[in-house]
Parts: sequence; structure tokens; C-alpha cells
Amino acid sequence: MSNFLTSSIGKKVIMSLSGLFLILFLCVHLSVNLLLLVSEEAFNAGCDFMALPFIKVIEPVLALGFIVHIIWASVLTIQNQKARPAKYAKRCQSQNCTWASRNMYILGALVLAFLALHIATVWYQFKFGEITSHYEFVSSFLKQPCFGVIYIIAAILLGLHITHGFWSAFQTIGFSNDIWRKRLECIAYFFAFVFAAGFSIIPLYFMIFGN
Amino acid sequence: MADKILKELTLKIWRQKDAKSQGGFKTYKVHNISTGTSFLEMLDILNEQLVEQNEEPVAFDHDCREGICGTCSLFVDGRAHGPDDDVTTCQLHMRRFEDGATITIEPWRCGAFPVIKDLIVDRKAYDKILQAGGYVSVNTGGVPDANAIPIANDKAEEAMDAAACIGCGACAATCKNSSAMLFVAAKVSQLALLPQGKIEAARRAKAMVAKMDELGFGNCTNTGACEMECPKSISISHIARLNREFLKAKLKD
Repeated sequence: MSNFLTSSIGKKVIMSLSGLFLILFLCVHLSVNLLLLVSEEAFNAGCDFMALPFIKVIEPVLALGFIVHIIWASVLTIQNQKARPAKYAKRCQSQNCTWASRNMYILGALVLAFLALHIATVWYQFKFGEITSHYEFVSSFLKQPCFGVIYIIAAILLGLHITHGFWSAFQTIGFSNDIWRKRLECIAYFFAFVFAAGFSIIPLYFMIFGN
Repeated sequence: MADKILKELTLKIWRQKDAKSQGGFKTYKVHNISTGTSFLEMLDILNEQLVEQNEEPVAFDHDCREGICGTCSLFVDGRAHGPDDDVTTCQLHMRRFEDGATITIEPWRCGAFPVIKDLIVDRKAYDKILQAGGYVSVNTGGVPDANAIPIANDKAEEAMDAAACIGCGACAATCKNSSAMLFVAAKVSQLALLPQGKIEAARRAKAMVAKMDELGFGNCTNTGACEMECPKSISISHIARLNREFLKAKLKD
């Protein structure tokens, strides 16, 4: 196992596993978020549940998941850039692969920029602010069109990232063949749609019905 | 029916004196090219023209000219082996181009495939990967009977699909990361599927991946571009198998 982590496949396995872990986190995050559409009590109860000590201990692991995913993505991208010192004068990549698959690093960077905003605003207030009702805070925050629109754009970018990321993660760990690839691609689009629609429906709801 | 004639074509071709020189594009015109002409024959016509004008002909790789040897390369109009699917450059024909078209012709661009001259690149990197483990160690002796080792039909078919790889380098040339994973996967997969090759599967996967990394190929991001440009349509499912073989081997260490 000594040089596993430095091998190209080893590095990609780390990307794959951290990515799948982050998808799992997104599932939990979205489930709690959707309680915003149920009722104020339901969302506040959801937030209280997420603040329980046994959930809190996972936070550093989650942070590590993000950090590992970002650092390894950067290392791999730099290596990949170096692998072709002279560029082509003319390329038609749109004819052989999807836009999202070619721009995973850019999509990831944009999602990261959103994450920084999200941490600085909502997460920070949840963690350290004096909040009486989480629901009240979120609804008044997302009602502001500037934040609402950013959240919707971020949800779409995240969806695009997952259209490729999800099935690619399984391919990297070897769980794919000609039959499963089609299935995994289908599931990837399903997850991408659920995340993009699920995360954007909430700001949309507050922007329309919040006032 | 007689072939159509393309009255004039503009060719933007990469010219480079040798590996050390700085290259650049040069524009040439060819006239009255029949649509039945193959792409390489069109380059032959250009070269005859250049020889007549006392100019250095364009150097490009070619051998069998029937799509089986993997010698021809060329990045034609932004795509490896040109705009047609499932063909090598030698199988590409001029009927694919319009009269008056400008065609950009470049060598494979990949750090591990340095340009030697004009459109010729050095693909020894693939040979080195093969030498690292892309074989079955055979002790000499009598030839075994053909049916002595039973092989399931689906395994034989899949191994044959992988064995169709001609090592042309289009996968690494087209990959946005210059990754050689499809080539390595085809070789590892072909042998790992068969009983004769299975015995050395673990060592082979580790050695070939290590060599591929060492030679400076990029990391695969599963875009699937290699599979689309592969003249033999080798599936990226073989890459999944390579990943499995590699992980299995590393877990056993």
C-alpha cells in the first residue's frame, strides 16, 4: 500500500470516496432544508436535531471531507495541466464528452466560492449568532433576491458537478461496466436534478411567498 | 458514379524541423482532390507538390493504410483521427470535407509523446508501458491444445474487444488530461480476462500503472472522450476493470 496514495488511481480513489461522502452529506442537508417547506416547527426541530452532540462530532469529519476533495482535485488538475505542455490550436471537445465532465474543477471552484459565502453568512449565524428561530432567520435571509439568486445558481452548478461526479466516482472505484455505466449515469442525473431542484426551490419559495 | 472533385482545399499544417526546434503552422493549398482520395493520399499529393517546388515534404506517420497497424496519427480539425468516428486517419476520406474548406492538421499533443518532426510524434512511451507488464510470461514447451483451457464465450469476446487496441495513442492525444488510461486498461483488461493472463494480473496492473504515472501521462477524469475517439471503440468499462484490478492488487500488498 506504500505508494497507493501517490499513484494516479490512488489519488482518484480519494477524490471518489470523499466525493461520495459529500453526496451523502448533501442528502442529509437537503432533507433538513426541505423541512422549511413543511412548517416552521418542523424546520426548527430539524435544526435542533442537527445540533445534538452525536451529530456535531461528524462536523470535523465533514470539513476534512471537503478539504481532502479540494486539495486532491487541485493536485490532480495541476498534474493534468502539466501533462500537455503544448496545446492544440483547434479542438472540438464538445463532440466527444460533456461540458460538465470537462469543467469539473471550475464547477467545483464555483461551488466552493458559494460554500465560503454560505459559511460566512448562514452557517456562522447558526453556529455563533443569537438566533431565536432558525426558520425566521433563513426565510428573511433567502427572501433577499441577491442571496436567493446566488443560492439558485449555486444549486444548478452543484447539480452539473454531480451529473459527472456521481457516476465517475463509481467508475474510479471499479464499480462499473457497460450495463452499470448507463444505470449509474441515470442515477447521477437523478441526484443532480434532486439537488439542483431541491436546493433552488427553497430560495424560490421564500422569494415568491416570503413577503 | 464518378467521385466529386474538391477544387481547392487550404491546409494548415504543423511544421517542425526536429524535436528541439520550435514549430509553427504553415498554410498550403491543394487543388482538384477527388472525394475518393484518402486523407493520407491527399497529403501524398501535397508532398509531391512540395517536392516539385523543392520544398521539404510534410513528415507524417503511416504504414498499413487499412486501419490495423496503429501507425497513423494526426489531429485533424480538432479531433484525433479526424471527424469520422471509429476510423484511423488512414481510413478517413476526403468525401468528409467540403470544397474550399480549411483543414487544420496537428500532431498528437501530449507531454509523453514529444514531436520528432512535423506531424510525427514519438510514441515509445506506450512501448515502455507494455514492457512494464503488458505480456504473459510463457515458459517454452509444446504448444497446448486449443481447447485445453476452457474460456467462457463472453470473457473471450470481451478480451477480444480489448485486444482490438492498436496503440495509436488517440486516447491520450484526445484526453483533456493526456491520460493513457484507455490504452493501459485495454492491455490489462485483455489479459486479466483470460486464464493465461490472470496469473500475473496483480503484478501487471501495478507495474503498468506505475510506468504510466512515471512517464508523465495525466490522471483520468472519466470524461469518456478517449472511447469516442478510439478508432477501435474500446469501451471505458475496461478502465473500470483496470481500477478494480489495481485496487485488488494494492489491497493484497
